[in-house]
Amino acid sequence: MPEVLKAPLVVEFPFTRSLGPVQSAFLTGLRERVVLGVRTGDGRVLVPPMEYDPVTAEDLRDLVEVAPTGTVTTWAWNPAPRRGQPLATPFAWALVRLDGADTALLHALDAPGPDAVRTGMRVRVRWAAERTGAITDIACFEPYAGPDLDGREGPAAVTSEPRPHDGQFADPVTGIVAEARLDYVYSPGRAQSAHIHALADRRTVGERCPECHKVYVPPRGACPTCGVATTEQVEVGPRGTVTTYCIVNIKAKNLDIEVPYVYAHIALDGAGLALHGRIGGIPYDQVRMGLRVEPVWTDDARFPDHYRPTGEPDADYDTFKELL
Amino acid sequence: MTRDIAVVAFAQTDHRRTSDELSEVEMLMPVLHEVLERTGLRTADIGFTCSGSCDYLAGRAFSFTLALDGVGAWPPISESHVEMDGAWALYEAWTKLLTGDADTALVYSYGKSSPGRVRDVLTRQLDPYYLAPLWPDSVSLAALQAQALIDAGEADEPALAAVAARSRADADANPHAQLRGARPQGDYVVRPLRTGDCPPVGDGAAAVILAAGDRARALCERPAWIRGIDHRIEPHGLGVRDLTDAPSARLAAEHAGAYERPVDTAELHAPFSSQEIVLRKALRLGDDVRVNPSGGALAAHPLMAAGLLRIGEAAARIHRGESDRALAHATSGPCLQQNLVAVLEGDPR
Repeated sequence: MPEVLKAPLVVEFPFTRSLGPVQSAFLTGLRERVVLGVRTGDGRVLVPPMEYDPVTAEDLRDLVEVAPTGTVTTWAWNPAPRRGQPLATPFAWALVRLDGADTALLHALDAPGPDAVRTGMRVRVRWAAERTGAITDIACFEPYAGPDLDGREGPAAVTSEPRPHDGQFADPVTGIVAEARLDYVYSPGRAQSAHIHALADRRTVGERCPECHKVYVPPRGACPTCGVATTEQVEVGPRGTVTTYCIVNIKAKNLDIEVPYVYAHIALDGAGLALHGRIGGIPYDQVRMGLRVEPVWTDDARFPDHYRPTGEPDADYDTFKELL
Repeated sequence: MTRDIAVVAFAQTDHRRTSDELSEVEMLMPVLHEVLERTGLRTADIGFTCSGSCDYLAGRAFSFTLALDGVGAWPPISESHVEMDGAWALYEAWTKLLTGDADTALVYSYGKSSPGRVRDVLTRQLDPYYLAPLWPDSVSLAALQAQALIDAGEADEPALAAVAARSRADADANPHAQLRGARPQGDYVVRPLRTGDCPPVGDGAAAVILAAGDRARALCERPAWIRGIDHRIEPHGLGVRDLTDAPSARLAAEHAGAYERPVDTAELHAPFSSQEIVLRKALRLGDDVRVNPSGGALAAHPLMAAGLLRIGEAAARIHRGESDRALAHATSGPCLQQNLVAVLEGDPR
């Protein structure tokens, strides 16, 4: 068995998400160092606020301001912070019920160690220096030993009773960009590894289905028709036949190929299905079904750069019609 | 229309820390062949096929379409997929059989967590506005739940350790399990949860075949009849919930008929030791119920397959005559967010 191939794979997906009226007011409020909650039909105050009542599903619009101080309802000591988490040094995750709220908000709690944290302890918001209208405008919570009800600097004193708030701020935040990055180590499995190893020797190797005898190139380990493992390796090509093609007229981002060019399905000799490749070495408007082609390799390439005409007579339609 | 529907066959891979020499379909295919072989059915005999998986685990877009190559889906088959644990794929297949559109169903699921960092990957399923930007990982959220349980006086660290020890001791008899036999609890991963309280990260797959009525009796000596199945979900805000309870699990169990008569066995999908304690209470399981004889999720936890494994393991015990009435549970999301309960019975012996 050849060595297992591995390569880093990074997936990034920065979703742009719009906010509803309640989320918009809450996140804009954080930017302005104001914590808003929303009152439910039965009088409870939800912080963080939701657009809909979690029990009745009613619209919720009755905003209130709560204190930036609160009480830990449960916690967990995180000795090894991970990428993206609020603090880079060991911290406690905490659910915090802010004064005036009936539900708890999840965030980090900056404390010297687990012995300094307990359920029921008093904490207050530590605001981020730069605030944009996001949950990370709260940098974290920190232990709070001062008077219970007004930990906030600023003009308005906050009492434990939530106070009505109209949710109106100048320049409200209406959306967030949710950045995300996940890192993987990709390994392609047995059949594709064998294919890639052979490509390094400039050979194209497929696998034959033991039941229907079709040769799959590139192989993926299973015959999708029969549902069995393909095991017998078969070298195909190097020459092949254009079975169908299209003319690309729009330049793709980061692609250093002049348009128009031809992208084709190419059935390599001996293969049971066509693979894709670019056709070069011939004007784009002279490419045709049945054109015989061969791969062109560039130095150090792990796969053919493109395919060019061999100069042979065109293949007869009947020889490739099953591979269209 | 009421039909009796049963699990008639079950197969699973050996669950391992990594399977990087195999693609997903290469890992899955032997399980599909094994489960079909147990019934003598071929793909063409199957009325409906449903799978569960998640592209984020291995970072492969549309991986389920490649996995379908292992089924042999030509001529075109009647097929569906859920981006969830296979237990929910089984739920869909069960409803399909109830309609009478099909008499047999193949249900499978697989997960390869080894290529990624699963604690980070799972943060992407959270509320994107208030939670995901903080990247709260799966162990941290479970630890918040465990601490709430400790604060409420419903568990302590020795109780958590006892769940972990019993699970891995039971897994000694399960050749497919990833962690078999006693091991130390280890250090805190996120306090109060230690290494021993957390599930192993690994790769694996599972498959079951469902059949209706006489078809089930023909395919299996002692079918595991699904007497009821239901799934329910908690509010998504963690701070809205009482983390020491799982009302959605209790409601699902009620609707599945779990409380009508006692069960002798329960296969609980409790990825963390503390969650077994929550579920035992919510599901009202007494000390006389055999919980997770397979070793449960603390012994093998291939994501997306781990819930289907619970149904398969419970059914297999009925097939073998080791249980007459079993509860199988699957969960999804943080802190037992979503819960599915199935009640399985064997014919009287």
